[in-house]
Amino acid sequence: MIFVQVIVGGLLLGAIYALFSSGLTLIWGMMNFINFAHGEFVMLGMYAALLVVTWLTGSPIVFGMAAALALFVLGVAIYFLLIRYVVRGPMLSQILSTFGLALLLRYTAFYVFSANFVSLPQTSLAGTLNLAGVYLPIAQLVAGAVAITLTIALHLLLTRTTVGSRLLAVAEDRSAAMLMGIRPDRMQALAWGLSAGAAGVAGALMATAYPWSPSVGETFGLIAFVTVALGGFGSVLGSLYAGLIIGLIQAASAFWLGAIYKDIVVYGLFVALLWLRPQGLMGKA
Amino acid sequence: MKRFPSPWIGLFLLAAGLLLFPIIFSGPFYRDIGVTFLLAAISASAWNIVGGYAGQVSVGHSMFFGLGAYTPLLFYTLWGWPPIAGIPVGIVLSVVLSVVIGLPTFRLSGHYFSMATIAVAELIRIYFGTWTLVGAAIGLQGPARGRGWWDLTFRSELPYYYMFLGVLALVLYITFAVERRRFGFYLRAIKASERAARSLGVQVRQTKLQAFALSAAFTSTAGSLYAAKTGFIDPDSGFGILVSVQMVIIAALGGAGTLFGPLVGALILIPLQSAVNTKFGGGGSGLTFIVYGGIIVLIARFEPGGLYELWQRLAPRLWKSAHAA
Repeated sequence: MIFVQVIVGGLLLGAIYALFSSGLTLIWGMMNFINFAHGEFVMLGMYAALLVVTWLTGSPIVFGMAAALALFVLGVAIYFLLIRYVVRGPMLSQILSTFGLALLLRYTAFYVFSANFVSLPQTSLAGTLNLAGVYLPIAQLVAGAVAITLTIALHLLLTRTTVGSRLLAVAEDRSAAMLMGIRPDRMQALAWGLSAGAAGVAGALMATAYPWSPSVGETFGLIAFVTVALGGFGSVLGSLYAGLIIGLIQAASAFWLGAIYKDIVVYGLFVALLWLRPQGLMGKA
Repeated sequence: MKRFPSPWIGLFLLAAGLLLFPIIFSGPFYRDIGVTFLLAAISASAWNIVGGYAGQVSVGHSMFFGLGAYTPLLFYTLWGWPPIAGIPVGIVLSVVLSVVIGLPTFRLSGHYFSMATIAVAELIRIYFGTWTLVGAAIGLQGPARGRGWWDLTFRSELPYYYMFLGVLALVLYITFAVERRRFGFYLRAIKASERAARSLGVQVRQTKLQAFALSAAFTSTAGSLYAAKTGFIDPDSGFGILVSVQMVIIAALGGAGTLFGPLVGALILIPLQSAVNTKFGGGGSGLTFIVYGGIIVLIARFEPGGLYELWQRLAPRLWKSAHAA
């Protein structure tokens, strides 16, 4: 039974990894750009949820939406204030812009919220479900289910709607899209909003089930890199599978090797991937 | 109208200033800042070879710094080797690691390289924090009292200062030599456009790998010097992300891909950092990194060439207006 417990726990956490990693892969697919501050977006989503629960209401729908909205706005603002100017600049500016942003957000969070671990006060999702000997905290179950739903929704948005086609058109050929009457700047801002929003809501979901501190952003950012590299850059569906796989691997290595090894195994996987299959599972070479 | 002053005068003044600094400012506080400055300038100059000249932005250079710092102290702890004997071993390990990372990632777009460097640095940091042979989270200590000069353990800051100054001169000289040779032109060609460089017959992957290995070797040396000076190393001060951040920000602030850029960056940042630390104590360190993040973002957004390029743009204009009459 403990074996099933480990697997289910890993998959539920992996679903959340999938959700925030799909945001990272979206930006990569749109503009060949890696966001080093993506993990910090997840961390800010967690604190957004905490603030809403502390000051307004404990309803998961409200704080989930609030975190998504806050991060969406932040993502759009960052695009217009920073990314727009560096995206066609030298490699150094591209990487330093979001790397510096990550430091800025992380240490500002340390300054504002302190380095202590916090967790959400009891929400309506408290309690544990007992399914034939497998104990599942309801919060984890709901968070995992919502994360999978949202990741699939993002995939459908990109592949089945007009907005999705416009986004992909800009990704394919910026100037051709412009000739078709699409405004690339708006589309890319939208992509940043969606990407950060996905990270924000993933953070809020994670906050219902796990404690955190400002330093989690660094870990989540690296996990998102590994997920995206495994799933294939630019593929939302790929990052869904990869997220679940990485959740499983982490749970399994934490169980058999010890909790400290769970990140070592995942980062090691990244290095192995670079050697063996840099295009990932679903990516084009 | 006067001629624009020759760079040799500047170079002479700089060398004289660095040589005389610890004699003029003989207080331990100033000497400590001087040593910290030299160490920061060495590691930033080492980063500059691959990050600045070749344009391959490593954000995990702490892995070489940490290897260089751990190896001498590990050999001392295990077998009582003098730390100076561990330095070349650290260099070899760092070069091997740079090849392991560089070989697969230099085939791919530059973003992969940056992601791989940060992931590997983090991997090593966490692993060293659990590995009992290297002292796990507590770290390693060097000799408490030197048995001879080869233990690199001195009471005074002065020997460290001149040793570091010598290494800095060596790094800068090699960077200067690289800049003037064909290798340096290849690096800048790759930075400007990899495709164009390849079509002109530059062995892109091999050249990037050489630059990365050279940079790793010097960063490792900087780490060894750090360990010799502090006599102590732990996972965070060796492999922590902030070690990498400091190299990146110093080089980028002064001017990535320029010979004296890292020196200028260190000249500004290290006194600033020490002023913030004395003013706010330990609580100021968090504040320092907020400011660092802000500076990095501003450089990326407004002045990717750093202060050096800004100066080059402004200086002739200032000179002209000063001597117009």
